[in-house]
Amino acid sequence: MTSLPRQTDKKLGLAIDLDTCVGCHACVISCKEWNTSNYGVPLSDVEPYGANPVGSFLNRVHTFEAKLEERPAQIIHFPKSCLHCEDAPCVTVCPTGASYKRTEDGIVLVNEDWCIGCGLCAWACPYGAREMDEVAGVMKKCTLCVDRIYNENIPEEDREPACVRSCPAGARHFGDFADPTSSVSKLTKERGGIDLMPEQGTKPVNKYLPPRLKNDIAQENFDVLRPLLEEHDKNISGFLSWVDKTLEKF
Amino acid sequence: MHPAPSIIIFTVFSGLGFGLMAYLGFDTDPLRGWNVLPYYLIAFSLSIGGLLSSLFHLGNPQRAWRALSQWRTSWLSREGVLAIVTLALNFLFGLSLFFSLDYSKNLGFVSGIFAIITVFSTAMIYAQMKTVPRWNNSGVPILFILCSLAGGAIIMGDFKLGLIGVILSTLIQLLVWVRGDKALKNSSTNISTSTGLKNLGKLRLLESPHTGENYLMKEMVFVIARKHVFKLRILSLCFLGVIPVIFLILSLSVGFLIGLAMISYFFGLLISRWLFFAEAEHVVSFYYGRG
Ligand code: SF4
Ligand code: SF4
Repeated sequence: MTSLPRQTDKKLGLAIDLDTCVGCHACVISCKEWNTSNYGVPLSDVEPYGANPVGSFLNRVHTFEAKLEERPAQIIHFPKSCLHCEDAPCVTVCPTGASYKRTEDGIVLVNEDWCIGCGLCAWACPYGAREMDEVAGVMKKCTLCVDRIYNENIPEEDREPACVRSCPAGARHFGDFADPTSSVSKLTKERGGIDLMPEQGTKPVNKYLPPRLKNDIAQENFDVLRPLLEEHDKNISGFLSWVDKTLEKF
Repeated sequence: MHPAPSIIIFTVFSGLGFGLMAYLGFDTDPLRGWNVLPYYLIAFSLSIGGLLSSLFHLGNPQRAWRALSQWRTSWLSREGVLAIVTLALNFLFGLSLFFSLDYSKNLGFVSGIFAIITVFSTAMIYAQMKTVPRWNNSGVPILFILCSLAGGAIIMGDFKLGLIGVILSTLIQLLVWVRGDKALKNSSTNISTSTGLKNLGKLRLLESPHTGENYLMKEMVFVIARKHVFKLRILSLCFLGVIPVIFLILSLSVGFLIGLAMISYFFGLLISRWLFFAEAEHVVSFYYGRG
């Protein structure tokens, strides 16, 4: 059913820390790896070794540059996957009922046996979080690793989305946003987590933790080598010390 | 957005077919018997042909029947249901005219109304998209409906309604372009809201997530022909407005020229519908350094 639940019991989602992400794309690869062999049809590639390889991915990392006047430019790596919106426009436009939002945990999923591959849901998503699989002709999207997080056949520490599990920087956090005491809720509160494109009215569950303004080394007259050199200067003796002192006299 | 031929054919053909049905339904002094048959044949071929063409856009057309189930929330689903109801109503009404039965004017009226609502729902598939500010505009359904009614009137050889329809639809098309050109700017979405990084200063995409293309870029970040937009708009205005008006007026003395008016209007519609898709900017473009 493509009517959205009025409320979901849990609001599972991700808090993505833009201050910490180093742009290594590990989450992109582990997402592809897990999801090509689990929920639904494989994530196909077309011409993977040809001149123009294309393929479906559920998570992609963009890189932006931000520049304030009189300050050096700052690089922000920006991972993006489905935000499991509360008011998900991708669900309501679906003509077949293949797209739905789960009442129990708020995860937005596609039932691939019903999907006709019309692509309308991908048009309706402002974030580019859905990609049509060119080989199977059905819509693919982030499942929040629904087949990991409840999976009792895998060790407990693996029961979180593959992207979260693989992030070497710890930039991705998984949890329940409906619970104000959860780690993701607290993080979001402390760090002033934000919604992407709030004006689109989608009420995304995933939150982005904004990066700090980087230090401006030039303006703060900050010399990385200074402390080391000072240390070095003190230890100078003998001939070099004599040269140093003599030269200073001129 | 990517201007897929199947979708352009779907919206233009089915629009014309339903426009013709609307004309036939509202006609106060309808044709009967064999005279009405060709018109219904044209109307059904256009509308059914258009609907079938839309199936070519699907990844799994064999399940298309499922698309009739979600009419409560989905305009695409509503369009499917309404199209079927409209076809059925018009089939009944057409039969009653063909057999010159004691036909019911009310049935004709209802068939016509349903034809118009179907075109409206086709337009709403696009006009509902908040993510495409150029489409998210009340002018879009008006334009779709006017074009289909004008087309129906010209096919019927109705000089007066044809002329009014051509002029009105061309004017509304102009208005939709003018409004559309400001839509993305006027929408509050931009690279700052899409990344939430506005306090860090001026933003630009430094590296895209991958070196090649992807589905999103091919489908929604379509920019190939934007540089020809102006020329195509002029062409579209000529074929949609100027040439049909000339032929319609000439047809008062040389009757068959109304056929040329129809052909021209049809090409005008194809160009304008191509532009409707090709020009439309999706807000996801902000994540790909275009917008
Ligand atoms: S991010 Fe896109 S695909 Fe995911 S729920 Fe929101 S609108 Fe739907
Ligand atoms: S592509 Fe599939 S999931 Fe998306 S709207 Fe169409 S039928 Fe629904």
